[in-house]
Amino acid sequence: MKPIVIVGAGPAGITAARTLLEHGITPCLIDESLRGGGQIYRRQPVNFQRSAKQLYGFEAGKAQAVHCTLDELASVIDYRPETLVWNAEDARLDTLTGDRAESVEFSRVIVATGATDRILPVPGWTLPGVYSLGAAQIALKYQGCAIGERVAFCGSGPLLYLVAYQYAKAGAKVVAVLDSAPFSAQCRALPALLGQPLTLAKGLYYRAWLTAHGVAVHQGATLRQIDGTQRVSGIRWGEHSLACDAVAFAHALRSETQLADLLGCEFAWNDLNRAWLPQRDSAGRSSVAQVYLAGDGAGIMGADAAQWAGERAALAVLEDIGRGVDQRRIRRLEQQLANIQRFRQGLETAFPFPEQWAAQAPDELTLCRCEEVSVGEVRAVVDEGHWEINRVKAHCRVGMGRCQGRMCGLAAAEIVAERSGRSIEQVGRLRGQAPIKPLPFGVQVQP
Amino acid sequence: MALFKRLAETRRPALAFTLDGQPAEGLLGDTLLTAILTCAEHLRGSDFSAERRAGFCLMGACQDCWVRLEDGRRVRACSTLLEEGQAISREPGRRA
Repeated sequence: MKPIVIVGAGPAGITAARTLLEHGITPCLIDESLRGGGQIYRRQPVNFQRSAKQLYGFEAGKAQAVHCTLDELASVIDYRPETLVWNAEDARLDTLTGDRAESVEFSRVIVATGATDRILPVPGWTLPGVYSLGAAQIALKYQGCAIGERVAFCGSGPLLYLVAYQYAKAGAKVVAVLDSAPFSAQCRALPALLGQPLTLAKGLYYRAWLTAHGVAVHQGATLRQIDGTQRVSGIRWGEHSLACDAVAFAHALRSETQLADLLGCEFAWNDLNRAWLPQRDSAGRSSVAQVYLAGDGAGIMGADAAQWAGERAALAVLEDIGRGVDQRRIRRLEQQLANIQRFRQGLETAFPFPEQWAAQAPDELTLCRCEEVSVGEVRAVVDEGHWEINRVKAHCRVGMGRCQGRMCGLAAAEIVAERSGRSIEQVGRLRGQAPIKPLPFGVQVQP
Repeated sequence: MALFKRLAETRRPALAFTLDGQPAEGLLGDTLLTAILTCAEHLRGSDFSAERRAGFCLMGACQDCWVRLEDGRRVRACSTLLEEGQAISREPGRRA
């Protein structure tokens, strides 16, 4: 009997694994990281001593519960940490653990691959000292380090205030927070955000704490330039400039969809995420019978929703293989997920996508940091008559480098859409390719 | 000069390693990225302009933190833990 496989041991994957085990199914849980937990609940190395409260703040209880569940599962299920799924086809996943390659057959698979930061490049973004917001958080949470002595936080989205707060609280010097969203947008969003009063309260708390502790918060402030030669020396926005030696920036998150793509899932345009996403029903069933989707990898909804979606997808698997499941529990989960959806719309109002970014990006800006392709080079390809993103990639290598467009792909699509006068949806999406991350030479698959 | 600043967890056992042949020191539980960037300013040179890079995403997605180990293996510095005595080298990158 081929196993039910879950890819990704974040809040969605761990909850899915627990749910399956509770119903008598022993899943195989594959995760790229050493200790699991995903990104938001990422665990520090074993010999570190900070408390959960220090690491996760208000979320300490939730993070600990997720970690506890994984620890309990680890010895009774087929848990494979430090394992990359680099390819998928014909009900089989190709994995790499250290230098050991394997092929894992599955009867059904739950894809819970999470998210990375959504990046809109600015001049200077490849300098040492510039990191994504998620990266800045990982440096602190996972390694006890700040990304510099004097750090500026820029971009938008809930993570902006959270990470700036975490840095300041840990004793780092936060020189400024630049939020590209105007204050008026956040006021407009209040009615929808009130649907999740606790989450809203936490966001307001971080913001107020920063102000109370003398951190300058600028709203409607768009990062225009990061200065420096060998490393960061300052930032500029509007008519302002400020000295700093590190910058963390991002505009919310983007889903990791490559694996769903390789598994053959159909994608649909999603306005709220401003992205092409694998289609799923309210239970997490994809367009492919054996493939289920849960968590931020199928659309950004946050850690709480990831847990609910992980449980719901596992219950869908159980229903589909003829096991009895609690229908009341299913209705409750779907209700919670629907409520989060409304809150998510509120967040999009509060932190709107900066639609003017593409028009304002200078030609000389490096768009693709792997292949070092500039905005001007992409525009030149568009001017030759190309506008489909994979076609543009073939012409100028944007998104073709080692990261497979994870960092630049969405920004490239924005540039192409703006230049060609088409909608961002029409430009299409970068197709996933195996291996979805670079592999060492000479990997041999053991049967 | 260092890029990163240690704020917590500083009382861990020290691990000696070499960076481009020069002796350096990190702490048990450091990733290669942390160990290098707490004593230096970059990790690699870029592939088309040899521009200095120091990683970007820290979660194994951007592939911009690769360093070379003594045995010839190329690893992501953000997701590889430092070991005592490692000889790490940084690639200068290439110009197109």
